[in-house]
Amino acid sequence: MRPIAEGLFTDEMPPRLVGGRHLTTGRIVFPCPPGKAYEPYPLGRSGTVWSYTIQRYRPKSPPYLGPEAFRPWPVAYVELPGEVIVEARLTNVAFEDIKIGMPVELVQIPLDPDAPDSVLIPAFQPVGDKQ
Amino acid sequence: MSDVCIVGIGIHPFGRTDGLSGMEQGVYSVQQAMKDAGVEWADIQFAYGASDSAGNPDTMVENLGLTGMQFINVRNGCAAGGSALFSAQMAIKSGEFDLGLAVGFDKHPRGAFNALPSEYNLPEWYGEAGYMITTQFFAAKVTRYMHEHGISPTSLGRVAEKAFRNAVHAPHAWRREPVDLETIMNAPLVSDPYTKYMFCSPAEGGVALILASEKKARELGKPFIRLKAATMRTRPPGSFEVFAPSIDIKRGGSATNIASRDAFAIAGIGPQDIAVAQLQDTEAGAEIMHMAENGFCKDGEQEAWLAEGRTEIGSQLPVNTDGGCLACGEPIGASGLRQVYENVVQLRGDGGGRQVPNNPKTAYSHVYGAPGVSAVTILER
Repeated sequence: MRPIAEGLFTDEMPPRLVGGRHLTTGRIVFPCPPGKAYEPYPLGRSGTVWSYTIQRYRPKSPPYLGPEAFRPWPVAYVELPGEVIVEARLTNVAFEDIKIGMPVELVQIPLDPDAPDSVLIPAFQPVGDKQ
Repeated sequence: MSDVCIVGIGIHPFGRTDGLSGMEQGVYSVQQAMKDAGVEWADIQFAYGASDSAGNPDTMVENLGLTGMQFINVRNGCAAGGSALFSAQMAIKSGEFDLGLAVGFDKHPRGAFNALPSEYNLPEWYGEAGYMITTQFFAAKVTRYMHEHGISPTSLGRVAEKAFRNAVHAPHAWRREPVDLETIMNAPLVSDPYTKYMFCSPAEGGVALILASEKKARELGKPFIRLKAATMRTRPPGSFEVFAPSIDIKRGGSATNIASRDAFAIAGIGPQDIAVAQLQDTEAGAEIMHMAENGFCKDGEQEAWLAEGRTEIGSQLPVNTDGGCLACGEPIGASGLRQVYENVVQLRGDGGGRQVPNNPKTAYSHVYGAPGVSAVTILER
Protein backbone atom coordinates (compact mmCIF):
# COMPACT_ATOMS: atom_id res chain seq x y z
CA MET A 1 0.00 0.00 0.00
CA ARG A 2 1.23 3.49 -0.81
CA PRO A 3 0.72 6.82 0.95
CA ILE A 4 -2.03 9.13 -0.30
CA ALA A 5 0.62 11.60 -1.46
CA GLU A 6 4.35 11.78 -2.15
CA GLY A 7 6.48 13.44 0.45
CA LEU A 8 3.96 13.10 3.27
CA PHE A 9 5.91 10.48 5.24
CA THR A 10 9.60 9.74 5.74
CA ASP A 11 10.89 6.46 4.26
CA GLU A 12 11.97 5.03 7.63
CA MET A 13 10.01 2.49 9.71
CA PRO A 14 8.04 3.52 11.56
CA PRO A 15 7.52 6.56 9.35
CA ARG A 16 7.26 10.15 10.50
CA LEU A 17 5.27 13.00 8.97
CA VAL A 18 7.28 15.43 6.88
CA GLY A 19 6.57 19.01 7.85
CA GLY A 20 8.23 22.14 6.56
CA ARG A 21 10.61 24.44 8.39
CA HIS A 22 10.77 28.06 7.27
CA LEU A 23 14.35 28.87 6.36
CA THR A 24 14.43 32.32 7.92
CA THR A 25 11.81 32.29 10.71
CA GLY A 26 12.08 28.64 11.76
CA ARG A 27 8.30 28.33 11.78
CA ILE A 28 7.20 24.71 11.36
CA VAL A 29 4.12 23.80 9.31
CA PHE A 30 2.53 20.67 7.88
CA PRO A 31 2.65 19.51 5.13
CA CYS A 32 5.88 20.92 3.66
CA PRO A 33 4.80 23.68 1.23
CA PRO A 34 6.18 23.68 -2.32
CA GLY A 35 8.72 26.35 -3.15
CA LYS A 36 11.98 27.47 -1.63
CA ALA A 37 10.85 29.18 1.58
CA TYR A 38 10.52 25.89 3.54
CA GLU A 39 12.82 22.89 3.89
CA PRO A 40 11.44 19.39 4.64
CA TYR A 41 11.41 18.76 8.38
CA PRO A 42 10.51 15.32 9.83
CA LEU A 43 8.09 15.77 12.73
CA GLY A 44 8.03 13.92 16.04
CA ARG A 45 5.82 10.81 16.16
CA SER A 46 4.25 11.51 19.54
CA GLY A 47 2.01 14.24 20.81
CA THR A 48 -1.24 15.03 22.58
CA VAL A 49 -4.78 15.62 21.33
CA TRP A 50 -5.28 19.41 21.13
CA SER A 51 -8.84 19.24 19.83
CA TYR A 52 -11.06 16.88 17.87
CA THR A 53 -14.46 16.17 16.38
CA ILE A 54 -16.31 13.25 14.84
CA GLN A 55 -17.08 13.46 11.11
CA ARG A 56 -20.64 12.09 11.12
CA TYR A 57 -21.59 12.43 7.44
CA ARG A 58 -19.85 11.44 4.23
CA PRO A 59 -17.83 14.30 2.76
CA LYS A 60 -18.72 15.22 -0.82
CA SER A 61 -16.86 13.64 -3.75
CA PRO A 62 -14.93 15.16 -5.29
CA PRO A 63 -12.67 15.76 -3.51
CA TYR A 64 -13.25 12.93 -0.94
CA LEU A 65 -11.85 9.54 -2.02
CA GLY A 66 -13.02 7.50 0.98
CA PRO A 67 -15.39 4.53 0.59
CA GLU A 68 -18.98 5.05 -0.55
CA ALA A 69 -20.24 3.18 2.50
CA PHE A 70 -19.60 5.73 5.21
CA ARG A 71 -18.80 5.09 8.85
CA PRO A 72 -18.14 8.11 11.07
CA TRP A 73 -14.50 8.78 11.91
CA PRO A 74 -12.73 10.99 14.43
CA VAL A 75 -10.39 13.72 13.27
CA ALA A 76 -8.09 15.59 15.62
CA TYR A 77 -5.57 18.33 15.90
CA VAL A 78 -2.53 16.79 17.56
CA GLU A 79 0.09 18.94 19.25
CA LEU A 80 3.62 17.73 18.54
CA PRO A 81 5.60 19.36 21.36
CA GLY A 82 7.88 22.18 20.29
CA GLU A 83 6.87 21.76 16.63
CA VAL A 84 3.35 22.27 15.36
CA ILE A 85 -0.27 21.15 15.75
CA VAL A 86 -1.26 18.81 12.89
CA GLU A 87 -4.64 17.63 11.64
CA ALA A 88 -5.10 13.86 11.25
CA ARG A 89 -7.50 11.01 11.92
CA LEU A 90 -7.61 9.22 15.26
CA THR A 91 -7.68 5.42 15.21
CA ASN A 92 -7.94 2.51 17.64
CA VAL A 93 -9.97 4.58 20.10
CA ALA A 94 -13.68 4.67 20.96
CA PHE A 95 -15.28 8.05 20.29
CA GLU A 96 -16.28 8.47 23.93
CA ASP A 97 -12.73 7.79 25.12
CA ILE A 98 -11.20 10.67 23.16
CA LYS A 99 -10.02 13.43 25.48
CA ILE A 100 -8.11 16.66 24.94
CA GLY A 101 -4.61 16.13 26.28
CA MET A 102 -4.48 12.35 25.72
CA PRO A 103 -1.07 11.08 24.51
CA VAL A 104 -1.08 9.72 20.95
CA GLU A 105 1.44 8.45 18.40
CA LEU A 106 1.57 8.42 14.61
CA VAL A 107 0.49 5.40 12.54
CA GLN A 108 -0.63 4.87 8.94
CA ILE A 109 -4.16 3.66 8.20
CA PRO A 110 -5.92 2.85 4.93
CA LEU A 111 -8.34 5.50 3.67
CA ASP A 112 -10.68 2.62 2.79
CA PRO A 113 -10.28 -0.16 5.37
CA ASP A 114 -12.10 -2.66 3.15
CA ALA A 115 -10.06 -2.10 -0.02
CA PRO A 116 -6.92 -4.24 -0.38
CA ASP A 117 -5.05 -1.54 -2.32
CA SER A 118 -6.25 1.52 -0.39
CA VAL A 119 -3.95 4.49 -0.05
CA LEU A 120 -2.53 5.21 3.39
CA ILE A 121 -3.27 8.34 5.38
CA PRO A 122 -1.74 9.64 8.62
CA ALA A 123 -3.54 8.87 11.86
CA PHE A 124 -2.77 8.94 15.55
CA GLN A 125 -3.62 6.26 18.11
CA PRO A 126 -3.46 6.22 21.89
CA VAL A 127 0.10 5.56 23.05
CA GLY A 128 0.72 1.95 23.97
CA ASP A 129 -1.75 0.47 21.45
CA LYS A 130 -0.52 -2.02 18.91
CA GLN A 131 -1.05 -1.05 15.29
CA MET B 1 -15.27 64.47 6.41
CA SER B 2 -19.00 63.93 6.25
CA ASP B 3 -20.56 60.62 7.26
CA VAL B 4 -21.71 58.03 4.78
CA CYS B 5 -25.40 57.32 5.27
CA ILE B 6 -27.61 54.34 4.51
CA VAL B 7 -30.73 55.78 2.91
CA GLY B 8 -32.39 52.67 1.53
CA ILE B 9 -32.52 48.95 2.28
CA GLY B 10 -33.98 45.99 0.44
CA ILE B 11 -33.98 42.25 0.89
CA HIS B 12 -35.17 39.16 -0.91
CA PRO B 13 -36.24 36.61 1.72
CA PHE B 14 -33.54 34.07 2.54
CA GLY B 15 -33.97 30.31 2.24
CA ARG B 16 -34.93 28.43 -0.90
CA THR B 17 -36.71 30.13 -3.79
CA ASP B 18 -37.17 27.68 -6.64
CA GLY B 19 -37.46 29.24 -10.08
CA LEU B 20 -35.62 32.44 -9.14
CA SER B 21 -31.91 32.78 -9.78
CA GLY B 22 -29.57 34.32 -7.25
CA MET B 23 -29.16 37.28 -9.58
CA GLU B 24 -32.93 37.79 -9.78
CA GLN B 25 -33.09 37.80 -6.00
CA GLY B 26 -30.36 40.44 -6.02
CA VAL B 27 -32.29 42.56 -8.53
CA TYR B 28 -35.41 42.24 -6.39
CA SER B 29 -33.52 43.51 -3.35
CA VAL B 30 -32.16 46.50 -5.34
CA GLN B 31 -35.67 47.43 -6.45
CA GLN B 32 -36.88 47.24 -2.83
CA ALA B 33 -33.97 49.40 -1.65
CA MET B 34 -34.56 52.06 -4.32
CA LYS B 35 -38.24 52.20 -3.41
CA ASP B 36 -37.27 52.53 0.24
CA ALA B 37 -34.86 55.40 -0.52
CA GLY B 38 -37.17 57.08 -3.02
CA VAL B 39 -34.62 57.02 -5.82
CA GLU B 40 -34.55 55.72 -9.40
CA TRP B 41 -31.96 53.45 -10.99
CA ALA B 42 -30.81 56.40 -13.13
CA ASP B 43 -29.87 58.23 -9.89
CA ILE B 44 -27.46 55.47 -8.78
CA GLN B 45 -23.94 56.52 -9.75
CA PHE B 46 -22.07 53.34 -8.86
CA ALA B 47 -22.42 49.86 -7.40
CA TYR B 48 -20.33 47.19 -5.72
CA GLY B 49 -21.84 43.74 -6.07
CA ALA B 50 -20.96 40.56 -4.16
CA SER B 51 -21.69 36.98 -5.16
CA ASP B 52 -19.75 33.81 -4.58
CA SER B 53 -21.52 31.34 -6.86
CA ALA B 54 -24.49 33.04 -8.53
CA GLY B 55 -22.87 34.90 -11.39
CA ASN B 56 -21.26 38.25 -12.08
CA PRO B 57 -23.19 40.94 -10.19
CA ASP B 58 -22.60 43.65 -12.82
CA THR B 59 -24.70 41.74 -15.35
CA MET B 60 -27.76 42.86 -13.39
CA VAL B 61 -27.64 46.19 -15.25
CA GLU B 62 -29.50 44.31 -17.97
CA ASN B 63 -32.48 44.03 -15.64
CA LEU B 64 -32.12 47.38 -13.93
CA GLY B 65 -31.19 49.65 -16.81
CA LEU B 66 -28.24 50.38 -19.09
CA THR B 67 -27.36 53.77 -17.66
CA GLY B 68 -23.62 53.39 -18.14
CA MET B 69 -23.00 53.54 -14.39
CA GLN B 70 -19.88 52.10 -12.72
CA PHE B 71 -20.40 48.55 -11.39
CA ILE B 72 -17.58 46.62 -9.70
CA ASN B 73 -17.81 42.94 -8.74
CA VAL B 74 -16.49 41.71 -5.39
CA ARG B 75 -15.54 38.14 -4.57
CA ASN B 76 -14.03 37.86 -1.12
CA GLY B 77 -15.29 34.68 0.54
CA CYS B 78 -17.66 35.21 3.44
CA ALA B 79 -16.51 38.83 3.66
CA ALA B 80 -17.74 39.57 0.11
CA GLY B 81 -20.73 41.61 1.27
CA GLY B 82 -18.67 43.47 3.84
CA SER B 83 -16.02 44.18 1.23
CA ALA B 84 -18.66 45.54 -1.16
CA LEU B 85 -20.00 47.79 1.58
CA PHE B 86 -16.52 48.96 2.58
CA SER B 87 -15.73 49.80 -1.04
CA ALA B 88 -19.01 51.61 -1.56
CA GLN B 89 -18.52 53.83 1.47
CA MET B 90 -14.98 54.67 0.32
CA ALA B 91 -16.32 55.77 -3.06
CA ILE B 92 -18.54 58.27 -1.27
CA LYS B 93 -16.02 59.29 1.40
CA SER B 94 -13.51 60.12 -1.32
CA GLY B 95 -15.91 62.66 -2.77
CA GLU B 96 -16.05 60.84 -6.10
CA PHE B 97 -19.74 59.96 -5.83
CA ASP B 98 -22.85 60.94 -3.81
CA LEU B 99 -25.18 58.01 -4.25
CA GLY B 100 -24.39 54.34 -4.74
CA LEU B 101 -25.31 50.76 -4.09
CA ALA B 102 -23.86 47.79 -2.23
CA VAL B 103 -25.64 44.59 -3.26
CA GLY B 104 -25.03 40.95 -2.42
CA PHE B 105 -26.80 37.79 -3.48
CA ASP B 106 -26.16 34.08 -3.78
CA LYS B 107 -27.70 30.70 -4.45
CA HIS B 108 -25.92 27.55 -3.28
CA PRO B 109 -26.74 23.88 -3.81
CA ARG B 110 -28.11 21.90 -0.86
CA GLY B 111 -25.71 20.30 1.60
CA ALA B 112 -22.41 21.50 2.97
CA PHE B 113 -20.22 23.85 0.95
CA ASN B 114 -18.07 21.84 -1.44
CA ALA B 115 -14.67 23.48 -1.41
CA LEU B 116 -11.73 22.23 -3.46
CA PRO B 117 -8.15 22.22 -2.15
CA SER B 118 -6.73 24.08 -5.15
CA GLU B 119 -8.93 27.09 -4.35
CA TYR B 120 -7.24 27.38 -0.98
CA ASN B 121 -3.61 26.71 -1.88
CA LEU B 122 -3.80 23.21 -0.35
CA PRO B 123 -2.57 19.82 -1.63
CA GLU B 124 -5.11 17.52 -3.28
CA TRP B 125 -4.69 14.77 -0.65
CA TYR B 126 -6.17 17.09 1.98
CA GLY B 127 -9.51 16.99 0.20
CA GLU B 128 -9.19 13.31 -0.77
CA ALA B 129 -8.78 12.39 2.91
CA GLY B 130 -12.01 14.23 3.77
CA TYR B 131 -10.80 17.41 5.44
CA MET B 132 -12.15 20.13 3.10
CA ILE B 133 -15.15 20.49 5.35
CA THR B 134 -16.08 23.68 7.15
CA THR B 135 -18.19 21.89 9.77
CA GLN B 136 -15.16 19.84 10.85
CA PHE B 137 -13.09 22.93 11.50
CA PHE B 138 -15.84 24.74 13.37
CA ALA B 139 -16.45 21.70 15.56
CA ALA B 140 -12.75 21.26 16.36
CA LYS B 141 -12.39 24.97 17.08
CA VAL B 142 -15.30 25.08 19.50
CA THR B 143 -14.26 21.82 21.20
CA ARG B 144 -10.95 23.42 22.09
CA TYR B 145 -12.63 26.68 23.12
CA MET B 146 -15.14 24.89 25.37
CA HIS B 147 -12.27 22.98 26.98
CA GLU B 148 -10.22 26.11 27.64
CA HIS B 149 -13.01 28.41 28.76
CA GLY B 150 -15.60 26.20 30.41
CA ILE B 151 -18.43 26.52 27.90
CA SER B 152 -21.07 23.77 28.17
CA PRO B 153 -22.92 22.05 25.31
CA THR B 154 -26.12 23.53 26.77
CA SER B 155 -24.83 27.01 25.91
CA LEU B 156 -24.52 25.92 22.29
CA GLY B 157 -28.13 24.81 22.46
CA ARG B 158 -29.26 28.11 23.99
CA VAL B 159 -27.76 30.05 21.07
CA ALA B 160 -29.65 27.93 18.54
CA GLU B 161 -32.87 28.16 20.55
CA LYS B 162 -32.61 31.97 20.62
CA ALA B 163 -31.95 32.12 16.88
CA PHE B 164 -35.13 30.26 15.94
CA ARG B 165 -37.17 32.16 18.54
CA ASN B 166 -36.03 35.54 17.15
CA ALA B 167 -36.56 34.46 13.55
CA VAL B 168 -40.27 33.88 14.17
CA HIS B 169 -40.63 37.68 13.90
CA ALA B 170 -38.26 38.22 10.95
CA PRO B 171 -40.12 38.02 7.61
CA HIS B 172 -36.86 37.58 5.68
CA ALA B 173 -35.69 34.60 7.77
CA TRP B 174 -35.76 31.03 6.45
CA ARG B 175 -36.47 28.87 9.53
CA ARG B 176 -39.20 30.64 11.46
CA GLU B 177 -40.47 27.88 13.72
CA PRO B 178 -39.29 27.89 17.32
CA VAL B 179 -37.31 24.80 18.37
CA ASP B 180 -37.03 23.96 22.06
CA LEU B 181 -33.72 23.36 23.80
CA GLU B 182 -34.37 19.67 24.41
CA THR B 183 -35.06 19.00 20.72
CA ILE B 184 -31.91 20.90 19.76
CA MET B 185 -29.74 18.99 22.23
CA ASN B 186 -31.15 15.57 21.31
CA ALA B 187 -31.00 16.02 17.54
CA PRO B 188 -28.52 13.95 15.50
CA LEU B 189 -24.90 15.01 15.74
CA VAL B 190 -23.37 16.47 12.57
CA SER B 191 -19.88 17.03 13.88
CA ASP B 192 -19.48 16.66 17.64
CA PRO B 193 -20.43 18.59 19.75
CA TYR B 194 -22.78 20.18 17.20
CA THR B 195 -26.21 18.76 16.44
CA LYS B 196 -28.00 19.56 13.21
CA TYR B 197 -29.77 22.60 14.69
CA MET B 198 -26.46 24.17 15.67
CA PHE B 199 -25.19 24.62 12.11
CA CYS B 200 -26.54 27.01 9.50
CA SER B 201 -27.10 25.80 5.94
CA PRO B 202 -25.98 27.25 2.64
CA ALA B 203 -29.00 29.11 1.27
CA GLU B 204 -30.25 31.78 -1.13
CA GLY B 205 -31.11 35.42 -0.87
CA GLY B 206 -30.28 38.98 -1.83
CA VAL B 207 -29.68 42.23 0.06
CA ALA B 208 -29.20 45.77 -1.22
CA LEU B 209 -28.17 48.93 0.61
CA ILE B 210 -28.30 52.43 -0.92
CA LEU B 211 -25.54 54.66 0.39
CA ALA B 212 -25.37 58.42 0.16
CA SER B 213 -23.20 61.31 1.24
CA GLU B 214 -24.64 63.22 4.16
CA LYS B 215 -25.52 66.12 1.82
CA LYS B 216 -27.34 63.82 -0.58
CA ALA B 217 -29.08 62.04 2.29
CA ARG B 218 -30.45 65.39 3.53
CA GLU B 219 -31.70 66.22 0.03
CA LEU B 220 -33.59 62.94 -0.06
CA GLY B 221 -35.27 64.10 3.14
CA LYS B 222 -35.74 60.73 4.79
CA PRO B 223 -34.46 59.51 8.14
CA PHE B 224 -31.04 58.02 7.59
CA ILE B 225 -28.57 55.84 9.40
CA ARG B 226 -24.91 56.77 9.64
CA LEU B 227 -22.28 54.19 8.71
CA LYS B 228 -19.70 55.15 11.34
CA ALA B 229 -17.21 52.41 10.52
CA ALA B 230 -16.74 49.59 8.02
CA THR B 231 -13.62 47.45 8.20
CA MET B 232 -12.45 44.32 6.41
CA ARG B 233 -9.32 42.62 7.72
CA THR B 234 -7.27 39.44 7.13
CA ARG B 235 -5.67 37.12 9.66
CA PRO B 236 -2.68 37.71 11.95
CA PRO B 237 -0.03 35.05 12.74
CA GLY B 238 -1.15 32.14 14.92
CA SER B 239 -4.84 32.26 14.05
CA PHE B 240 -6.91 29.06 13.63
CA GLU B 241 -8.75 29.05 10.32
CA VAL B 242 -10.97 26.93 8.13
CA PHE B 243 -9.05 24.30 6.14
CA ALA B 244 -5.89 24.22 8.27
CA PRO B 245 -3.72 21.07 7.91
CA SER B 246 -1.62 22.50 10.72
CA ILE B 247 -1.73 25.34 13.21
CA ASP B 248 0.95 27.08 15.25
CA ILE B 249 1.49 26.02 18.85
CA LYS B 250 1.96 29.69 19.72
CA ARG B 251 -1.63 30.86 19.46
CA GLY B 252 -2.43 34.30 18.09
CA GLY B 253 -5.46 36.52 17.57
CA SER B 254 -7.94 36.47 14.71
CA ALA B 255 -9.01 38.53 11.73
CA THR B 256 -12.09 39.34 13.80
CA ASN B 257 -9.95 40.82 16.60
CA ILE B 258 -8.36 43.22 14.15
CA ALA B 259 -11.51 44.16 12.20
CA SER B 260 -13.35 44.79 15.47
CA ARG B 261 -10.61 46.78 17.17
CA ASP B 262 -10.15 49.00 14.13
CA ALA B 263 -13.89 49.54 13.64
CA PHE B 264 -14.32 50.68 17.25
CA ALA B 265 -11.32 53.01 16.89
CA ILE B 266 -12.72 54.55 13.69
CA ALA B 267 -16.19 54.97 15.22
CA GLY B 268 -14.74 56.38 18.43
CA ILE B 269 -16.88 54.17 20.68
CA GLY B 270 -16.43 50.88 22.52
CA PRO B 271 -18.27 47.57 22.86
CA GLN B 272 -20.13 48.88 25.91
CA ASP B 273 -21.77 51.54 23.70
CA ILE B 274 -23.39 49.03 21.30
CA ALA B 275 -27.15 48.50 21.68
CA VAL B 276 -27.63 45.59 19.28
CA ALA B 277 -25.20 43.23 17.51
CA GLN B 278 -25.32 40.78 14.60
CA LEU B 279 -22.41 38.36 15.03
CA GLN B 280 -21.43 35.65 12.55
CA ASP B 281 -23.17 32.48 13.73
CA THR B 282 -22.61 29.93 11.00
CA GLU B 283 -22.72 27.57 13.96
CA ALA B 284 -23.83 28.10 17.54
CA GLY B 285 -20.32 28.17 18.96
CA ALA B 286 -19.27 30.85 16.49
CA GLU B 287 -21.68 33.30 18.09
CA ILE B 288 -20.25 32.42 21.50
CA MET B 289 -16.62 32.80 20.44
CA HIS B 290 -17.37 35.95 18.45
CA MET B 291 -18.94 37.62 21.49
CA ALA B 292 -15.46 37.58 23.02
CA GLU B 293 -13.46 38.09 19.82
CA ASN B 294 -15.40 41.28 19.16
CA GLY B 295 -14.80 42.52 22.69
CA PHE B 296 -18.32 42.26 24.11
CA CYS B 297 -17.25 39.96 26.96
CA LYS B 298 -14.24 38.02 28.16
CA ASP B 299 -13.53 34.41 27.15
CA GLY B 300 -15.65 32.13 29.32
CA GLU B 301 -18.16 34.77 30.43
CA GLN B 302 -20.54 33.63 27.67
CA GLU B 303 -21.60 30.68 29.84
CA ALA B 304 -23.18 33.06 32.37
CA TRP B 305 -24.37 35.50 29.70
CA LEU B 306 -26.39 32.79 27.97
CA ALA B 307 -27.70 31.21 31.15
CA GLU B 308 -28.92 34.66 32.23
CA GLY B 309 -30.31 35.51 28.79
CA ARG B 310 -28.18 38.61 28.40
CA THR B 311 -28.12 38.34 24.59
CA GLU B 312 -31.91 38.14 24.31
CA ILE B 313 -33.95 40.95 22.76
CA GLY B 314 -34.76 43.28 25.66
CA SER B 315 -31.67 42.36 27.64
CA GLN B 316 -28.14 43.77 27.92
CA LEU B 317 -26.90 43.12 24.36
CA PRO B 318 -29.38 41.55 21.93
CA VAL B 319 -27.42 39.36 19.49
CA ASN B 320 -28.69 38.15 16.11
CA THR B 321 -32.14 39.65 16.37
CA ASP B 322 -33.35 38.12 13.08
CA GLY B 323 -32.07 34.64 13.94
CA GLY B 324 -28.70 35.16 12.25
CA CYS B 325 -27.22 32.60 9.89
CA LEU B 326 -28.67 29.78 11.99
CA ALA B 327 -32.22 30.79 11.05
CA CYS B 328 -31.60 32.68 7.80
CA GLY B 329 -29.07 30.33 6.22
CA GLU B 330 -25.96 31.57 4.48
CA PRO B 331 -25.98 32.86 0.92
CA ILE B 332 -22.33 33.91 1.05
CA GLY B 333 -22.52 37.12 -1.00
CA ALA B 334 -25.61 38.39 0.83
CA SER B 335 -25.01 37.23 4.37
CA GLY B 336 -22.91 40.11 5.67
CA LEU B 337 -25.25 42.67 4.14
CA ARG B 338 -28.24 40.96 5.78
CA GLN B 339 -26.71 41.77 9.13
CA VAL B 340 -26.47 45.45 8.18
CA TYR B 341 -30.02 45.35 6.80
CA GLU B 342 -31.25 43.98 10.12
CA ASN B 343 -29.34 46.66 12.02
CA VAL B 344 -30.94 49.41 9.94
CA VAL B 345 -34.36 47.89 10.63
CA GLN B 346 -33.58 47.91 14.36
CA LEU B 347 -32.25 51.49 14.40
CA ARG B 348 -35.31 52.71 12.51
CA GLY B 349 -37.53 50.97 15.06
CA ASP B 350 -39.16 48.81 12.39
CA GLY B 351 -38.40 45.44 13.98
CA GLY B 352 -41.98 44.62 14.97
CA GLY B 353 -42.05 41.53 17.18
CA ARG B 354 -38.24 41.40 17.25
CA GLN B 355 -37.67 45.13 17.87
CA VAL B 356 -34.99 45.94 20.43
CA PRO B 357 -36.71 48.22 22.97
CA ASN B 358 -35.69 51.72 24.15
CA ASN B 359 -34.79 53.19 20.77
CA PRO B 360 -31.36 51.67 20.09
CA LYS B 361 -28.92 54.21 18.67
CA THR B 362 -25.91 52.03 17.81
CA ALA B 363 -25.64 48.70 16.02
CA TYR B 364 -22.75 46.36 15.24
CA SER B 365 -22.31 43.69 12.57
CA HIS B 366 -19.58 41.09 12.09
CA VAL B 367 -18.83 38.40 9.52
CA TYR B 368 -16.02 35.86 9.46
CA GLY B 369 -14.99 33.33 6.86
CA ALA B 370 -12.38 31.34 5.01
CA PRO B 371 -9.46 31.66 4.75
CA GLY B 372 -9.36 34.02 7.73
CA VAL B 373 -11.22 37.18 6.76
CA SER B 374 -13.56 39.34 8.79
CA ALA B 375 -15.68 42.42 8.17
CA VAL B 376 -17.27 44.67 10.78
CA THR B 377 -19.64 47.63 10.58
CA ILE B 378 -20.86 50.08 13.20
CA LEU B 379 -24.05 52.03 12.53
CA GLU B 380 -25.43 55.01 14.40
CA ARG B 381 -28.80 56.68 14.25
